[in-house]
Amino acid sequence: MSKLQNALVGGVRTVLEHIPAAWLPGASPDHLAERRVALGTQQPRIDGPEKVRGMARFAAEVPMDELLHAAFVHSTIARGTIVELDIAAAEAAPGVGLVMTHRNAPKMKVPPSIGLTSMKAAGNHTLPIMQDAEIRWNGQVVAVILAETREQADHAASLVNVLYDAAPSRTRFEEGKANARTPHSIQMDQNRLEKGNATKKLAQAAVSIDATYSTPWESHNPIEPHAATIAWEGEKLIVHDATQMIHGTVGSLAKVFGIKDDDVFVSSPFVGGGFGAKGLWDHQILGAAAAKLTGRPVRIRLSRESMHRLVGGRTQTEQRVALGADADGKLKALLHHGYATKPRHSITDEAFSQTGRSLYACESFDVVQHYVDLDLLANSFMRAPGEAPGTFAIECAMDELAHALNMDPVELRRRNVATCDPVSGAPHSQSDMMAAYDMGAERIGWDRRSPEPRTRSEGEWLIGMGCATGTFPFLRMPGTAARITVDATGHAHVASAAHEMGMGTATVQRQHAADRLGLPLDSVSVTIGDSTLPYGALAGGSSQTASLGAAISAASDKLAEQLLRLAGNDTPLAGLKPGEVEFADGGLRKIDDPSRHETFASILGRASQAEVSVTGESKAPMEMLKFSMHSTSAVFCELRVSEVTGEIRIDRLVGAFDCGRILNAQTATSQFKGGMIMGLGMALTEETLLDERSGRIMSTSLAEYHVPVHLDVPDIDVLWTDIPDPRTPMGARGIGEIGTTGVAAAVANAVFNATGVRVRDLPITLDKLDLG
Amino acid sequence: MTPFAYRSAANCAEALSLGTGGDVRFLGGGTNLVDLLRQNVESAAQLVDVSRLSGSIDETDNGSLLIGASVTNSALAAHPLVRSRYPMLSRALLAGASAQIRNMATVGGNVMQRTRCVYFYDADGARCNKRQPGSGCDAIGGFNRYHAILGASQDCIATHPSDMCVALVALDALVHLDGPDGQRTMPLAGFHQLPGTHPEIETVLQPGELITAIELPPATTATTNSEYRKVRDRSSYAFALIAVAGGLEVVDGKVADVRIALGGVAAKPWRAERAEAALRGSPATRANFMAAAAEELAPAQPLDGNAFKIGLVQRTIAAVLTSLAGDQA
Amino acid sequence: MPISINGADYPLPDDPRVSLLDLLREREGLTGTKLGCNQGACGACTVLLDGERVLSCLTLAVQAEGREVVTIEGLTGDGEELHPLQQAFIDHDGFQCGYCTPGQICSAIAMAQELRRGDPSHVTADLASGPNGPTREEIRERMSGNLCRCGAHNGIVEAIEVLLAGEAA
Repeated sequence: MSKLQNALVGGVRTVLEHIPAAWLPGASPDHLAERRVALGTQQPRIDGPEKVRGMARFAAEVPMDELLHAAFVHSTIARGTIVELDIAAAEAAPGVGLVMTHRNAPKMKVPPSIGLTSMKAAGNHTLPIMQDAEIRWNGQVVAVILAETREQADHAASLVNVLYDAAPSRTRFEEGKANARTPHSIQMDQNRLEKGNATKKLAQAAVSIDATYSTPWESHNPIEPHAATIAWEGEKLIVHDATQMIHGTVGSLAKVFGIKDDDVFVSSPFVGGGFGAKGLWDHQILGAAAAKLTGRPVRIRLSRESMHRLVGGRTQTEQRVALGADADGKLKALLHHGYATKPRHSITDEAFSQTGRSLYACESFDVVQHYVDLDLLANSFMRAPGEAPGTFAIECAMDELAHALNMDPVELRRRNVATCDPVSGAPHSQSDMMAAYDMGAERIGWDRRSPEPRTRSEGEWLIGMGCATGTFPFLRMPGTAARITVDATGHAHVASAAHEMGMGTATVQRQHAADRLGLPLDSVSVTIGDSTLPYGALAGGSSQTASLGAAISAASDKLAEQLLRLAGNDTPLAGLKPGEVEFADGGLRKIDDPSRHETFASILGRASQAEVSVTGESKAPMEMLKFSMHSTSAVFCELRVSEVTGEIRIDRLVGAFDCGRILNAQTATSQFKGGMIMGLGMALTEETLLDERSGRIMSTSLAEYHVPVHLDVPDIDVLWTDIPDPRTPMGARGIGEIGTTGVAAAVANAVFNATGVRVRDLPITLDKLDLG
Repeated sequence: MTPFAYRSAANCAEALSLGTGGDVRFLGGGTNLVDLLRQNVESAAQLVDVSRLSGSIDETDNGSLLIGASVTNSALAAHPLVRSRYPMLSRALLAGASAQIRNMATVGGNVMQRTRCVYFYDADGARCNKRQPGSGCDAIGGFNRYHAILGASQDCIATHPSDMCVALVALDALVHLDGPDGQRTMPLAGFHQLPGTHPEIETVLQPGELITAIELPPATTATTNSEYRKVRDRSSYAFALIAVAGGLEVVDGKVADVRIALGGVAAKPWRAERAEAALRGSPATRANFMAAAAEELAPAQPLDGNAFKIGLVQRTIAAVLTSLAGDQA
Repeated sequence: MPISINGADYPLPDDPRVSLLDLLREREGLTGTKLGCNQGACGACTVLLDGERVLSCLTLAVQAEGREVVTIEGLTGDGEELHPLQQAFIDHDGFQCGYCTPGQICSAIAMAQELRRGDPSHVTADLASGPNGPTREEIRERMSGNLCRCGAHNGIVEAIEVLLAGEAA
């Protein structure tokens, strides 16, 4: 991101300061924030029966005739050139249909980079894909094998012999720090933030802390491996993919192969877990290229090892946080400086430095982050990028400050909670972090916490409690479109290329559309998941519900217009303008005169029309620039640490969330819990092991990369304030990622409370707790 | 996976006749071997499936327990006599892997399972003397948190991953073998080999030789009053960082009999003979347990990643024995 | 001898390298059983083999010769829309993406039987007398071989409790 971007975003923000909020999206609160029938109730997932019967069809399960199975050969060096590539044995192996290398791969362009500027881009890195003999990271694909059976393909891959001329490579974080670069902007904000003289205020502060926190490379590890079933029909490319960016994949593959967007079909009705990982990586491109060369359909399913070699994860960070406060705990200075690995070819910002800018009022700020450029696989978004590592550092630091002040950590937050954006002064759209704290503290019984570390125990187990703030910004993607079709029976059908990775997308938007259109739930159906449907922005940044919600809302406005036009003059609605009617009882009625009502069926019947169909879209999210829009949470944890072994067992976890209105209590609870459990993994067990000598990932199996198991997960309590956000569709903000934030800090703070040992380096494995 | 032929053996004699000749592997539950074949860490021209061989657990006339090599880990862990007389064995088995894997894995296969060293597993990209003799050891100077502190060599620092074997060694188990040169029986403690200069040689098993049974000597107070404590990176379904099998008999406040074996510290299940010797006859106190553990670990040679194991093993030994001593401590 | 899958006979694969999982998914179109790691580290491929839960990814299909395999597709009886545990998974939201779900369900059905038999687990306090009822800790330990990345653990445990309570009644 560039200086130009800083100027553009800054310019728009300045203009927006002078524009009344009434002119912006979300000018008047969405009436569905309050008037809810289906929304807010607990609704089971509409795809539940399919999923529990194993009938939901995932990308690797689409049957095709004449299918070939793909296997990959990965490089074993980080940087250098292929000097010998012996594929004779592989080509001669039974069942092999193709060995594709840089020598025979078709010409392919680099896919356009995912970002805010293009709605149809999904590229995660800018490197050429199998176009030359150069090796740019350890694990890059050097050969693709296609064979009649999976077993034959895997075996043939083992027969490929590659010799490299290795070049010096940069694979060590510590060494890379010396040459780190400092970008002008991080996501939508200027990178360097200096407000007041933080260094001076820190030195003058009555109480201060200054510490460095580190977080490792982590991998999403969805249980469904990345997979695609790919076929060419002439110039048309068909991809059954596991993706959370259907149209981004369409646009990117079209560019890569030099074909029209309309000639790419991407289908992805079910995704077996994404968390940011299920985007466009090299495998779909290579699979499509290989399918083109052989003229036969191809199935790719990445092995767990290939996933680790080809799909980037949450990148390593090192963050220094220094906080200064007066004797009453009021923050005077906040310094947040740090490093994250981001290879030059990588697109994704790990924006950890955003966290400290929004949570607490403070007199001075000094915030900046630097990127360490290494010869590694591109990093990527992983559930709550930025805020997950950012809250670990900031919220551990707040706990350290509370301890230094001898103050209750909740009280410290109360004294500093921001009432508007602490940096720009922009008003919150809605924010009540302390309401979340109060709910959470009561639920876990915070008053049982001993302020003095290492004072509670049972047998060999030391007991402690900790808390931390979680946060994630509100995002709404422009362009997401929804088509609403109402038929003569009064049934409404909603369609959009939205994504289902477990969030309950169709389930919740069905509730939304029912309330929006004044229909009972069973009169509404929803179709999502392929590129023939109206444009869907990526399912990322916890934005899909708001984006799709805005699109359905916009479509419903158009629907009212259309219906009034169709209704003509021989109707109780005669003469009414769209602004004077609302949806109710299966039709339209005048807002202040419910007797003037006509049903959809009646309007369509009189007009002799089988159906009416309209499409609306999510407009430019100007509200995000005018208002400070962040969700917050209060995470509480109670745990035990063995004095003998250092093993940590979580006894209780409570998350209280201020995320606007909750749309479906059941699916929301699950999403919050899921996020928190990923936070538990981050806190205690997860680390992608990069051997810095070779730049090679060594933890390529789920036996080495430890995600939490059932026994690691306690009963989790989830609470929410349910206060509507007046600037968002349905009064809701996204909830997909915030659950992960704050958890690692709450755990680390509880470990300190239990043991008196402060672990600033994730994950908190038992070897970091020498309690002997 | 390299192509292989598959034969299922109906009985031991058939297994042995099929098992002669080069490049043949016996297949139990497959939970380790199939994975290693798929990772190209191993290959074989022929697999001889021995999982349908005798799977019985029988008490002998002298009170020993004879366990067929194809008994599953689940069946052994759940067996009433194992639970009551050798609880450390049940515990060790139940601490291993997952229920699904325990249902598949056989006793013989468990004894034969290979290290989880990540460099051993990375057939394409890492050097490993165990996998490819003479290629070097990338674990030295690499990720060696899980690696050996005892009995390692400059050529290999891998650990044996089994939980079951740790308990078996503490119980003085015997392993019954049958092969081209006939049957033999030996202590399991002598079955696994330290790496030395030949880490590729992991056991004393000869080509074509098959494990047919494990024999547990008659129970004693110290086998009945026994525990297995596994320390790992998550609460379940993970390999051991370290593990301690302990058995104790205390008479008049003094250690009359003691069994200690360690997992996750060496290329073989490690019988803590020094500690046991130090404790026999001594007062059963935590201080003595700690001191004996320290003596066992005196020769330990830690690496960057695993120095924590020394203190951890010591404290865990002391905790296990203290718990077994109960109010007699 | 063929392999019996959900009551029907299927021939052995010609290639002994074919896992039971790939026999189901790639050759017989029974894709309800999921592939997660293909190396015994996630439990997504859990099926019942002669009534016991095993990992189909590490089982060579030829090893299942003459044995009975039951997959998620074969859990329901005649005319039964959903197995009670499948319904409980829906009621308690024991899944999100649905990918680990068939493995969780198959695993839990076998686990219920292990509990009934009195098989101990790692967290069973008294090995000799067996599990002291289906506590959450027992369920969690016994289900730890089935990873879930969406984080549906609480719902899964609650759904299994419903199944166990139904059996007790």
